Amino acid sequence: MSGSTIVFYLLAILTLVSAVLAVSSRQIFRAAIYLLFSLIGIAGFYFWMQYDFIAAVQIIVYVGGITVLIIFSIFLTQNAGELLPQQKIGKQVFAAAAVFCSFALVMLQVYKNNFIATTEQAIEPNIKAIGERMLATTAGGYALPFEVVSILLLAALVGCIVIAIRSTTTQPLTTVQEQDKI
Amino acid sequence: MLLLPGLYHLLFISTALFFIGMFGFFTRKNLITMLMSVELILNSVNLNFIAFNKYLWPNRLDGVFFTIFVIAIAAAEAAVAIAIIINLYRSHQSIDVAQTEEMKY
Repeated sequence: MSGSTIVFYLLAILTLVSAVLAVSSRQIFRAAIYLLFSLIGIAGFYFWMQYDFIAAVQIIVYVGGITVLIIFSIFLTQNAGELLPQQKIGKQVFAAAAVFCSFALVMLQVYKNNFIATTEQAIEPNIKAIGERMLATTAGGYALPFEVVSILLLAALVGCIVIAIRSTTTQPLTTVQEQDKI
Repeated sequence: MLLLPGLYHLLFISTALFFIGMFGFFTRKNLITMLMSVELILNSVNLNFIAFNKYLWPNRLDGVFFTIFVIAIAAAEAAVAIAIIINLYRSHQSIDVAQTEEMKY
């Protein structure tokens, strides 16, 4: 058994065990930390497949961005040390059975399918190749989706500010108090 | 050799992650934990894209681009979801889906 194989199975155990704990832990903060480890395991898979750029993006955006956002929103909305309410055991058993049956069905289809790989020369997925293809306007280039996604991100962030902004009309008392302080 | 990791092993892991996220989505009632389940599901999709790109079409980069765009859209989705969650908590003092039923009808 080579080192690469051992690393693969360690990453698999890390990812799957922490994912199971993330969806089953009753302490929400611990669930967020388990989610963090699961995302790090997935970044490890990208490193294992030698897609370094995607692994870096995964760590920056998911581990450094989204998980921190989730942890902050936990701080803002949950009481410390409070457990999540226990779900009905029948519902949990039903969900687990449904999920396991679907998993078995999908894996059966995957193992029955014979994937045929291309025989053409592989290209290196380094940052230079990705950047050139990302901004190419020729056939196979991704310039238009890049622009569309950038507009989507801008719209989403402006929308977040509009949703989360504290409006002065709904809470006139606090604003009056604040104005008095000033 | 069956134990040597390859495409099928990665597909197993991504399918397992997808259905673990699905289980969380079925059983959780708290909006933040449901958002965490959605993140797991999106990550399993990304892993699938990269695995197919690595093992079936190494001469192209399409899987990489799909993964990058999915990550960007997931970031936007998480930001909007958390803004909605915080706003909901402000008006209802709760982010339990069973207690916030005003948007149901």
